[in-house]
Amino acid sequence: MANSKVSQDTGDLKLDRVSKHYGDFCAVDDLSLIVPDGSFFALLGPSGCGKTTTLRMIAGLEEPSAGTISIGETDITTQKSYRRNVNTVFQNYALFPHLTIFENIAFGLRRRGIKDVKTEVENALNLVEMGHLAERKPNQLSGGQQQRIAVARAIVNRPEVLLLDEPLGALDLKLRRQMQIELKRIQTEVGITFIHVTHDQEEAMTMADTIAVMNQGKIEQMGSATDLYEAPKTAFVANFLGQCNLIKGKITSRSGDKAIVTAKGLNFEVPLSRVATTNDSVFLGVRPEKLRLDDTGVNSIKNCVVTDRSFVGTSTQYMVRAPWDLELVVFEQNDEGLHDLRVGDTVSLEWDPEHTFALDGAGDINAGADLDDDE
Amino acid sequence: MAFLHAVSSGTSATKSVLKSKSLTPYLLLAPGLIWLVTFFIIPIFSLASTSTMVRPDGAQVGVYEQKLRFANYVDAFVANQDQYLRSFFYAALATLLALAIAYPLAYAIAFKSGKYRNILLVMVIAPFFTSFLLRTIAWTQILADSGPVVSTIQLLPFIDDLFRINNTSTAVVIGLAYNFLPFMTLPLYASLERIDPRTLEAAGDLYANGLTTFRKVTLPLSMPGVVAGTLLTFIPAAGDYVNAAILGNPSTKMIGNVIESRFFAVVDYPTAAALSFTLMATILILVTLYIRKSGTDELV
Repeated sequence: MANSKVSQDTGDLKLDRVSKHYGDFCAVDDLSLIVPDGSFFALLGPSGCGKTTTLRMIAGLEEPSAGTISIGETDITTQKSYRRNVNTVFQNYALFPHLTIFENIAFGLRRRGIKDVKTEVENALNLVEMGHLAERKPNQLSGGQQQRIAVARAIVNRPEVLLLDEPLGALDLKLRRQMQIELKRIQTEVGITFIHVTHDQEEAMTMADTIAVMNQGKIEQMGSATDLYEAPKTAFVANFLGQCNLIKGKITSRSGDKAIVTAKGLNFEVPLSRVATTNDSVFLGVRPEKLRLDDTGVNSIKNCVVTDRSFVGTSTQYMVRAPWDLELVVFEQNDEGLHDLRVGDTVSLEWDPEHTFALDGAGDINAGADLDDDE
Repeated sequence: MAFLHAVSSGTSATKSVLKSKSLTPYLLLAPGLIWLVTFFIIPIFSLASTSTMVRPDGAQVGVYEQKLRFANYVDAFVANQDQYLRSFFYAALATLLALAIAYPLAYAIAFKSGKYRNILLVMVIAPFFTSFLLRTIAWTQILADSGPVVSTIQLLPFIDDLFRINNTSTAVVIGLAYNFLPFMTLPLYASLERIDPRTLEAAGDLYANGLTTFRKVTLPLSMPGVVAGTLLTFIPAAGDYVNAAILGNPSTKMIGNVIESRFFAVVDYPTAAALSFTLMATILILVTLYIRKSGTDELV
């Protein structure tokens, strides 16, 4: 039977020291990664960071220059894509324009010689709530509908791993939100390992159990959305996920469970567990919503000036200039404690040590900023 | 008054804009229409009327009068049915041969040529820079009895020394396939080039190996090109007489040769006209059936 040729192993997907070179260009650089069976995993990074190349190597559409890829105990590094029990939802869906929706979804089943194609296809169509469109052709469907069909066409094969290559990139914002929830629901229902490649940090945070942030062919940091957001380990991650205030400083003491970072003569406390480097030169980080417009806290900067404010519904965003050449972003929730400051007002900023983190100060303080929504 | 005047001149201006707008399509159509009427519609009616004419007893060669003799068609067909059948047979063989050569060629140019794509396309079209006749005559050299092709084939053990290609039906079919190859290649290329390579990757991702991907995705998606290419090859090949005249022998005559000699050698206009119409009608019917059968209108 044809389907006996397709590998049927279950288990974690493992990338071991995988590299991909195109001539002199290194798209993926010595990348190691374990994706637990059944998890929703996101590869997040700006365009050109190597995330799509990584995905294509897992799919078998590219062969790694070095390293091995395995599912469970089986090495699939050089296995042809049509022998892998891995399916892909392509960026522009890549539906077969000459086949009906039914036949598009049945394609993989027929190739593997599955008996009950009709039931399987109908189940898949129902899963994505597109049962009524079975006899249409792809070009008669809207972008969102095609997207669901592309998911159904891949998922109907019950792959070990489902790869999603920027699957929501072509949809408008509202539809994208809706599909994010939908994809999450489908993943929970079928329990297949999903690997989702995206440059959209919000998308990754909404859906994935684990996010690997990629930059220049390497993984910068891997963890849950909360880990990455609350305790980034590099300036790139801090800037790429949400907004972040980074202040250049020096660790002047490490004692007990806390470190003191000095910047422009001011001392700031950081828990040692939130210091991501052994270097003394650091970037002190704090998220905009953790800053308070007050001067009673342990970490504070006085004599700041409001340079810009914008009201965005749930919060008011201020740009505040510290007494030296540093702009900080502050989000203030729109509730009773609202300060309602104007441009030019003098304020003090304060925040808690447990919301502070310290990153290696060797790199670029702006790494990863302004990269997230440029596509 | 001034106000009224302004208003009325305004509407007349709008009117003249509308008028010129509605004329534009006709003006654009005019050159083509005039051309078609002068060089196609009028000649076809004149040909139709010629086809039922009869040469009066004792009249000079080339003088005919209209008798509405439709039996001309039957006579012409009965006398030349071998050449008809041969024409369609040769044209079909040449079309298949051209398809077999052009498909891999177009596929390679569309998917595998990289930066050489444009050079290869120019090479496909390049033969058009020399005359059709010269190119066909060149084939008599290539296929000559002492030429490279024949002498190479004669090296094979079971081929005797009398083996030849020139002036055989093989040479005619080769010539037809060669001459119409670009008409096959270009539509095939156009339809293959339009295929999103990601759909081919998707097929591989969905457990189809190379051959299955070709059968289930590439070939069906290139069907518009196959249909267009085979029509553009078959239709002119069926009516061609140059290849049969230069590369063939008297027993490989195609219907084009008969029509040509009836018009210019025998000066039997009614028979030539009747043969032309029968050829046209047959091709039209074959093409209609072919398009219906291949169902290309359902393709994107």
